[in-house]
Amino acid sequence: MSRLIVSSIGPASSVQDSGRPGSQRYGLTPSGAMDRLSLAAANCLVGNALFAAAIEIGPFGASFTAREGAVRIALAGAPRNAEIDGRSVAFDTSTTLNDGETLTLGFARGGAFSYLAIEGGIEGEAMFGSLSVNARAGLGSPYPRPLQAGDELHVATASSAPERRIELPPATGGPIRVIMGPQDEEFDEENKALFLDSEWKISATSDRMGFRLEGPAIKHLHGHNIVSDGTVNGSIQVPGNGAPIVLMPDRGTSGGYPKIATVISADLGRFAQLPAGTGFRFKAVSVAEAQDEARKFAQLLRSLPDRLGSIEGVELNLEALHGANVAGSAVSAVDAGTWHILTDTQSEAEEP
Amino acid sequence: MAATLSPPRLLPSGDAAITVEFSRHIDDAANQRVLALDRALASGPVEGVTETVPTYRSLLVHYDPCQIGFDELGERLLALADRPALPTARARRWRIPATYGGEHGIDLEDVAKALHTTPEDIVARHVAGDYRVAMIGFTPGWSYLSGLDKFLHMPRRQNPRLLTPAGTISIGGVQTGIQCIAGPSGWHLLGRTAVRTYQLHRNPTFLLEPGDRVTFSAVDAKTFAEQDRAAESGEVIAELIES
Repeated sequence: MSRLIVSSIGPASSVQDSGRPGSQRYGLTPSGAMDRLSLAAANCLVGNALFAAAIEIGPFGASFTAREGAVRIALAGAPRNAEIDGRSVAFDTSTTLNDGETLTLGFARGGAFSYLAIEGGIEGEAMFGSLSVNARAGLGSPYPRPLQAGDELHVATASSAPERRIELPPATGGPIRVIMGPQDEEFDEENKALFLDSEWKISATSDRMGFRLEGPAIKHLHGHNIVSDGTVNGSIQVPGNGAPIVLMPDRGTSGGYPKIATVISADLGRFAQLPAGTGFRFKAVSVAEAQDEARKFAQLLRSLPDRLGSIEGVELNLEALHGANVAGSAVSAVDAGTWHILTDTQSEAEEP
Repeated sequence: MAATLSPPRLLPSGDAAITVEFSRHIDDAANQRVLALDRALASGPVEGVTETVPTYRSLLVHYDPCQIGFDELGERLLALADRPALPTARARRWRIPATYGGEHGIDLEDVAKALHTTPEDIVARHVAGDYRVAMIGFTPGWSYLSGLDKFLHMPRRQNPRLLTPAGTISIGGVQTGIQCIAGPSGWHLLGRTAVRTYQLHRNPTFLLEPGDRVTFSAVDAKTFAEQDRAAESGEVIAELIES
């Protein structure tokens, strides 16, 4: 058994996995990683289950020291400067932090959340099946709060498995896709158009509960109070001041502001990674289109193990992917529109 | 009464949830239908549905779009909602002790003044209520109760408080509620209960279910303090008087 010591860490960094859905009817929010693809990629690199608990590191810097043995780690998500005692560490690869060595991470560049996965996961007591931190409800393990300097995580000692790299589809820009509703009728056509046609920026006051948006004020037709109803990750509610808030995994499970639209599930991670202050736009899509994207996103997640390569070979084994696809296995192409590779393997027949 | 029910509206909440809306208002009949649909889904699960969240006026149905699409699930939900609500089967009834006024109910005096009556009258009316857990939401265990005496209906505070204590019993609009963990609230604080509607290492973790009936009994501050200590060690303070 090794230990990973948190030597320094900024706010908004916590242990997260896929969260604890299932108790929203009791007011318990699901929590879980802001960017599930990056969490899964980091875990995949160290041989973990895709949604094992890892450290979600917010926009600020952090450093971690291995004690009582080596620790195999992998970084994915928002890129940032990363080094171990002076040697540079690449994202999307695994590496080993030897006993006594310190991993030092800078501020996030071009994103907000990075994921540090540890081979074997993080030892803790699952609550409702999850280690995810939900500080308000006193949940999360090994600490029911964001990480602080001095915290110690009990982790496995690094195995002798070879280091790996993973080939992820290049991230793309493009608008954040939404489905209008469930309360878009609380807004007139002019304000719905204002919502869809304006450039928005994420406010620096955002957190894991919600991302506040800066842009034009959206006006309601009949005032800003509705009888509370349920929320989902990506619900875009418009409070009285007209500045939309996109609800994130630590959201309240119900809310009394009209929800003009909902970010589609396939775009939630990409949305979470928009750095504060960067301009972006929304685009309305149909439920059917969003559900196509959701299925493609699920396929992408399933394909992650097949995207692993040895640390020496930089090429992705495209041939193997093609072969698997032809054979009709779960490994398949990813969305051509969102992820600009492997478009020629896209097969209509795979859609249910 | 069969076949006269108006169908609920199906509103997409993104690509992985449907809001089944029975009303846009706080409406007892709508809430009964929400709870009936919730029970129907619990007793006859639809494949792909991952969880349901009842509220006053709608049932939020989370689902996996890889397993079932919006249209198919929508049809199934409409069919289930078309059945008349059964008389509230096995609704449990709880008696919840609460201490009113003083440091535990800092708005009681102001509420009495605003409604041109005495604090005793406010307490008597609140205790006399026969409530139903219409929904649980916002934060763990925050139980919204329907059935508040019309006399006690009043708008929420102009300035919501950022931190109100665990166990707060409050009123806001046409509702009253039991707040479990400390947090923000714009409602009027009448009192506190030692009952934890959510307590992590207790069985059950969540005490109340949507649809449960609730009455309050007034206790003094000293009793509250004793009950609070017992509750802290995991004792269930609420009394199950009917199940």
